[in-house]
Amino acid sequence: MSLDKATVAKIAHLARIKTDDAQLDAMVGDLNTILGFVEQLSEVNTDNVEPLASVTGHGLPLRADVVTDGAYPERVLANAPDRAHGYYAVPKVVE
Amino acid sequence: MTAEKSNLVTGNTGDWEIVLGLEVHAQVTSNSKLFSGAATTFGSEPNSQVSLVDSAMPGMLPVINEECVRQAVRTGLGLNAAINRFSVFDRKNYFYADLPQGYQISQFKQPIVGEGVITVDLPGGRSKSIGIERLHLEQDAGKSIHDQSPTKSYIDLNRSGVALMEIVSRPDMRSAEEAAAYVKKLRSILRYLGTCDGNMQEGSMRADVNVSVRKPGDELGTRCEIKNMNSIRFMQQAIEYEARRQIEIIEDGGTIDQETRLFDANKGETRSMRSKEEAHDYRYFPDPDLLPLIFSEEFVEAEKAKLPELPDAKKARFIADFGLSPYDAAILVEEQETAAFYEKVADGRDPKLAANWMITELFGNLNKAGKDLSDSPVDEAKLGGLIDLITDNTISGRIAKDVFAEMFESGKDAPTIVEEKGLRQVTDTGAIEELIDSVMASQAEKVAEYRSGKDKLFGFFVGQVMKQSQGKANPAMVNELLKKKLAG
Amino acid sequence: MSDLLSLSLTGARDALKAKKTSSTELTDAYIGAMEAGKSLNAFITETPDKARAMAKASDEKLAKGEGGAMEGLPIGIKDLFCTQGVLTTAASHILDGFKPEYESTVSQNLWNAGAVMLGKLNLDEFAMGSSNETSHYGPVENPWRRSGGDNAKLVPGGSSGGSAAAVAGRLAIAATGTDTGGSIRQPASLCGIVGIKPTYGRCSRWGVVAFASSLDQAGPLTRTVSDAALMLGAMAGHDPKDSTSADLAVPDFEAALTGDVRGMKIGIPKEYRVDGMPAEIDALWQKGAAMLKDAGAEIVDISLPHTKYALPTYYIIAPAEASSNLARYDGVRYGLRVDGDSLNEMYENTRAEGFGDEVKRRILIGTYVLSAGYYDAYYLKAQKVRALIQKDFNDAYQSVDAILTPTAPSAAFAIGENEDDPIKMYLNDVFTVPASLAGLPGISVPVGLSGEGLPLGLQVLGKAFDEETVLKVGGVLEQAAGFDALPGFLAGGK
Ligand SMILES: [Mg+2]
Ligand SMILES: [Zn+2]
Repeated sequence: MSLDKATVAKIAHLARIKTDDAQLDAMVGDLNTILGFVEQLSEVNTDNVEPLASVTGHGLPLRADVVTDGAYPERVLANAPDRAHGYYAVPKVVE
Repeated sequence: MTAEKSNLVTGNTGDWEIVLGLEVHAQVTSNSKLFSGAATTFGSEPNSQVSLVDSAMPGMLPVINEECVRQAVRTGLGLNAAINRFSVFDRKNYFYADLPQGYQISQFKQPIVGEGVITVDLPGGRSKSIGIERLHLEQDAGKSIHDQSPTKSYIDLNRSGVALMEIVSRPDMRSAEEAAAYVKKLRSILRYLGTCDGNMQEGSMRADVNVSVRKPGDELGTRCEIKNMNSIRFMQQAIEYEARRQIEIIEDGGTIDQETRLFDANKGETRSMRSKEEAHDYRYFPDPDLLPLIFSEEFVEAEKAKLPELPDAKKARFIADFGLSPYDAAILVEEQETAAFYEKVADGRDPKLAANWMITELFGNLNKAGKDLSDSPVDEAKLGGLIDLITDNTISGRIAKDVFAEMFESGKDAPTIVEEKGLRQVTDTGAIEELIDSVMASQAEKVAEYRSGKDKLFGFFVGQVMKQSQGKANPAMVNELLKKKLAG
Repeated sequence: MSDLLSLSLTGARDALKAKKTSSTELTDAYIGAMEAGKSLNAFITETPDKARAMAKASDEKLAKGEGGAMEGLPIGIKDLFCTQGVLTTAASHILDGFKPEYESTVSQNLWNAGAVMLGKLNLDEFAMGSSNETSHYGPVENPWRRSGGDNAKLVPGGSSGGSAAAVAGRLAIAATGTDTGGSIRQPASLCGIVGIKPTYGRCSRWGVVAFASSLDQAGPLTRTVSDAALMLGAMAGHDPKDSTSADLAVPDFEAALTGDVRGMKIGIPKEYRVDGMPAEIDALWQKGAAMLKDAGAEIVDISLPHTKYALPTYYIIAPAEASSNLARYDGVRYGLRVDGDSLNEMYENTRAEGFGDEVKRRILIGTYVLSAGYYDAYYLKAQKVRALIQKDFNDAYQSVDAILTPTAPSAAFAIGENEDDPIKMYLNDVFTVPASLAGLPGISVPVGLSGEGLPLGLQVLGKAFDEETVLKVGGVLEQAAGFDALPGFLAGGK
């Protein structure tokens, strides 16, 4: 599988990274090199192999249903680039 | 399956069938969030119920709430569904202002609950089975507020990370009415289980409705998804509008674009959602911060043993034990509190009489007053007391209606009202005979007509006697004694 | 004391306990060393005031004969660990100005044990790199230079390059690192120090900026194996805030350093003898095996058949997880925001300016391998091969107690030398990645010098949660190798 420029542009948009034409050209080359490298996995016979679910092998620990966190809006908003009236503020979204 | 005639919609080119599948998001009843210890209460100050996990600070990690897992299992059992002993949490990746992680933790390939089925109650005592495809646990997103500033949207993360159960139905519904019945039934089951409060206004339960249309017998048509319906009435309007819209497009030679739509309640229309326009590629993959969720058979069995009697079982019992009609039984079991109220009223009394009094008088009056059973001025004991007075002939059914009205108004109990207003039924033979004599004396001509064969006048005499007694005479005794006297 | 900077972590601990020096004295020496070593660019943020205050508090405890295992010891923290109120950058522009409202579990554990914070150490951006050249704050310089006199500035390895350079150049007595595919072990090897990546789940990931969640593990970079044992003990432990944290007691790692490997079986995996491996690396490996044999261990040839697929597997899984982990850097809640006319534009501008090229490459690869139609061919396939790699190790550990391999395929290279070819850079981790994929512990110990006079390390891998064996074998290697060469740059002098 080999990536073309349009595909890379699509991926860049999915990842929300603005990419100009020159950058796209460079990325196409790099990404194809990497994909070419990982391509060797197709040699490995993985019939009847279960994908690794976790390296630890143990199950999911559960926590008790108790309120132990929150109630500190100041800490939540402390690093916000833009905030207003206790909210994060972002460019207006039209639904 | 052949299309039910009554559900078909008529277009210019003939009949159309509406096909509906629902994805209901139900907020899990829990104190804290699915993956964080922040509170879940509704209506708090913005960003005050947000942990560093919910705001997706760097390096923060999810830890699952055991109660949310238990609630999902209970719900699965209540939906007669398979509980998957091994399930996996996945990340659903997309960018949105109120999705702080840039992904929602959800379940994709291996949900906690598999296939199930529920029976929905339709008008006229009919019922229908609706398939459940799956139930999975996932995080709610935050809330974007668009109308507070001309240039900005504001983000409140209080809901971010609240546990939701997404319950996906099969495309088994064929009318807005069936969809409404499905949501009502689902809500009823969840409320019985205590796994979701079912409060649609507060957004604890909301439905995404997949609508498509087809000619009966055809393959499934292209569907549109109407997002976030939080009122059953609006959902019905939206479905009807959307089905019409699709039929018109197809009949005009067009095709349906698969898209997400929003219902505008003011205009009564659905419209395409601009923000969801672009095709998503969610890139689901197992969340590496979490491990597979595994339960034992014993855990599932123990939860099963703890389930309450659910609406269907209760309905069946009410029909079998109390001889109620399926329609009445369905009404009485919709809410657990109603059924419990009914069982108290019916205890030791005529169950059908109890059902009638609850459904017609009590619910009628509550509806008119805009009240719930929980704040009803007439409690179980009072309604039972009234029924007792009818049964032991202290008052007639007709007088009982007046007593009920007074009881609803004042909150006094039935015997008190009957005593105060002197409404006790007259059952004294002598007294009734006196009334009859006086009526016969003043209506000698009618008596003669009756005796010469005009049987129909009997009702007239009954009416006159009851009128004389101000409704208090025992109607059965009036009948019996009048018959004898008129016979001469 | 005359030469405070030459003390090892355990040596300084003992000196403090014996009241031969004070934490304030030691800390001041390191504050001076940080100043002297600025040219290495090892620190992104220095916190001398905080260090002095912590040292003072430690001295009060030490005076009363109290204090934790790391009391009064001045260390550096890789700038991937969130530190409350102290700028935390992950060496990325996108975290500009971010001061966490919380402290990572591992750094908190260290403070609880009495350690003193000197500052935050440079790294590859988001820990993505093997040379520390991808940092927004510029490359870190390795304190070592080639002996040939070319005087080229060398990379310290990565991603924990700042940590390795600081420890090797004596700007910190020890440092935290994180290892996703070799980011502790490889820089330790390139800087001539010790680095251990514990078993996945041994150290909490809570509060560590995530790169690839199923691989990331914290660990120490230190001057000696016993230092590593001491510091790992302080960092490790079960954390209920991390669902992947192991609920196991932390052993006394120092006690494991018995020096006795008699009768132990050490595996030599034949697949690690890769094409084009420099002869001196192979020779070093043989030498290491001979040292262990001399110490009474039995050397066993083993096979880890899927070794060659580890790197390609890693370069699917790590970017996939990273593409999702890095989605939260969107300009809304913290860090850089570059405005745009719409929300999407703001996202795209912020992320375009905020991320460097290597991070972008990995996000794009990760996005691609998870995208519709490609998931099975790439991600799912990689997770299957990963299962086979884990099985290889499980099988091998049926017959051996530990495995010996080179740490890295080469000594330190010059800054800029490998920049143009991503694959060439990725090959740096060829020996460290397999154990990362299997979640297993590994240590790098300096064993010798290259022909150019640069340090070379060997790696000891162990069974899951058997860091004790890893440390013990590492300690024996250290003892036998007697590695005492010092880098060209050394704060405080030789
Ligand atoms: Mg959905
Ligand atoms: Zn959902």
